[in-house]
Amino acid sequence: MDLFSDYTLRVVALGSGVLGAAAGALGSFAYLRRQSLVGDALSHAALPGIALVFLLTGSKAPLPIMMGAALTGWIATLLIRAVVRRSRVPYDSALGMALAVFFGIGLVLLTLIQKRPDAAQAGLESFLFGQAASLLREDVIVMSVLGGACLVILGLLWKEFKLLSFDSEFGDSIGWPMRRFDGLCTLLLVVAVVTGLRTVGVVLMSAMVVAPAAAARQLTDRLAPMVGLAAAIGVFSGVTGAVLSSMVPRLPTGPTIVLVLSTIVVMSLVLAPDRGLLWRWVKLGRLQPAAALDPVLMHLYALAQQHPDDPDHGHGVGVLRTMSPAGADIERVLDDLSNRGLVHSVGHDLWAPTPIGRREAERSIEAQSKVAS
Amino acid sequence: MVVDQTPAMEVEDLTVAYSDQPVLWDIDLTVPAGDKMAIVGPNGAGKSTLIKAAMGLVPSVAGEVRVFGRRFAKGNGEIAYVPQRSSLEWDFPTDVLDVVTMGTYGGLGWFRRPGNAERDRARAALEEVTMAAFEHRPIAQLSGGQQQRVLLARALVQEAPILMLDEPFQGVDAPTERAIVAVLDRLSDEGKTVIVVHHDLQTVPEYFDSVLLLNVRAIESGSVADVFTEDNLRLTFGGRVGVLAQLAATVSEG
Repeated sequence: MDLFSDYTLRVVALGSGVLGAAAGALGSFAYLRRQSLVGDALSHAALPGIALVFLLTGSKAPLPIMMGAALTGWIATLLIRAVVRRSRVPYDSALGMALAVFFGIGLVLLTLIQKRPDAAQAGLESFLFGQAASLLREDVIVMSVLGGACLVILGLLWKEFKLLSFDSEFGDSIGWPMRRFDGLCTLLLVVAVVTGLRTVGVVLMSAMVVAPAAAARQLTDRLAPMVGLAAAIGVFSGVTGAVLSSMVPRLPTGPTIVLVLSTIVVMSLVLAPDRGLLWRWVKLGRLQPAAALDPVLMHLYALAQQHPDDPDHGHGVGVLRTMSPAGADIERVLDDLSNRGLVHSVGHDLWAPTPIGRREAERSIEAQSKVAS
Repeated sequence: MVVDQTPAMEVEDLTVAYSDQPVLWDIDLTVPAGDKMAIVGPNGAGKSTLIKAAMGLVPSVAGEVRVFGRRFAKGNGEIAYVPQRSSLEWDFPTDVLDVVTMGTYGGLGWFRRPGNAERDRARAALEEVTMAAFEHRPIAQLSGGQQQRVLLARALVQEAPILMLDEPFQGVDAPTERAIVAVLDRLSDEGKTVIVVHHDLQTVPEYFDSVLLLNVRAIESGSVADVFTEDNLRLTFGGRVGVLAQLAATVSEG
């Protein structure tokens, strides 16, 4: 079957690919900044903007609709920030409230529009769950320009956004305007989200922001590959979902894309090397239970306290073993501790804490009593 | 004590409040150039807040900070900052060399990417903290002591005349503690000024030249020999018995 010779399918695939790339790349930064839910709030908050623009202009032209969507989405993120800063409402609650209020208003407006005897409103409800098949060439051009602009700015301000995500305070200390970078990063996310509303729909757009980043993080320990992978996963699931939904009548695109994405995420959570569940299960199964360093040092410290006049009084490995969980590799822990200069051997299988080790033990007792008090 | 040099840092009447509750009250402090100063005080005394407020990272209600006689402005590269290790997200997808290279960002300006020259400076700093072998290690795999040395290396790359470190010895292993002390000593020998938020009273006389005793107010500051006395510590810590017992021994030894 020669899918890509079909003009409509080509348009649909291109549009979905662009939005997948932009949402995946920007979503990676939202993910790393622990702001994934912002994508969810602002996509829901875009609905009243879409409805208002249609009410005012009576047209579904892509650019005005996207601008309206971006505007109310952006206002929602500003409101969330203001509520968090000026009240005691925690961040997640502010997010949930903004999402519900804006989405509710959007639904009311949409219902009002649909009651009007106006043929032009047909298809507006596809913004809820997305309908890639309804994409026009015009839509795709606007989406490509906006999505492309997001990616270019992201490339230009790469190290700035990296610092924003890893250590914003350090950026502040070298005199960078971190709050502006923060605002810009959120604005780019807003733009990436609104480019996808027609295709994926407001309800499930957040999946395009969160899921590719979550899957990509499982697969790499470096930022550029992570963002690249997230964009690629976004493109793949966007195109696959859009094409599948275009081939089946009345199948909305958003849920189809989410099904494709979920498959990728579940596979990466289970199968990813190093971070994946399967990998960790195999690795943990192979190792003996290792005793943590600290308990052994603390036991040795406690034993040494019984001989205050003889700091180098040795204590047997056997004693330490009976004090530790069954099966723990005490010799290895003692080796590690002695490499760190915390304990030393004072005879065959006899050990004592060094002065540094004693101080470390005292510190950790002090730290625990602070926590307890 | 005669100081014929402009002090590295002068803090005047610095006051910081969080929702009307003063966290720092009317702090005056002079740090001579080339000094190694510890900031010591109980939990909640405002130690971290003081260095952050001095750098303009948290807003202050009142006060002025002068660096080498001029009003301090962020971004002119005079102060390098080592934050508390636990304040960062170490699961971030990047490697050791990349974090240390961030120390060059201030000099690079926006848009420009670090190149080989910047990475070479980062490698030299890693060498100094004996972490050269770890440059490609993902930071998620570092131990606490290694994390601390990476943050110190990032500050070294900034080549600032003043370094401020927030609890650099908190929960690190003995070799790391020795490595950090050696670097701080060298910086001080080169005439750089080092200001450290420190929690271990026992090591103050060994590691530092001078000390600020802080408990919301500046109780006393000056050379360790003059200021680090049992009376002043009692004022600062409010007579916590365990601390003072340890301290009597330390002071009489020192």
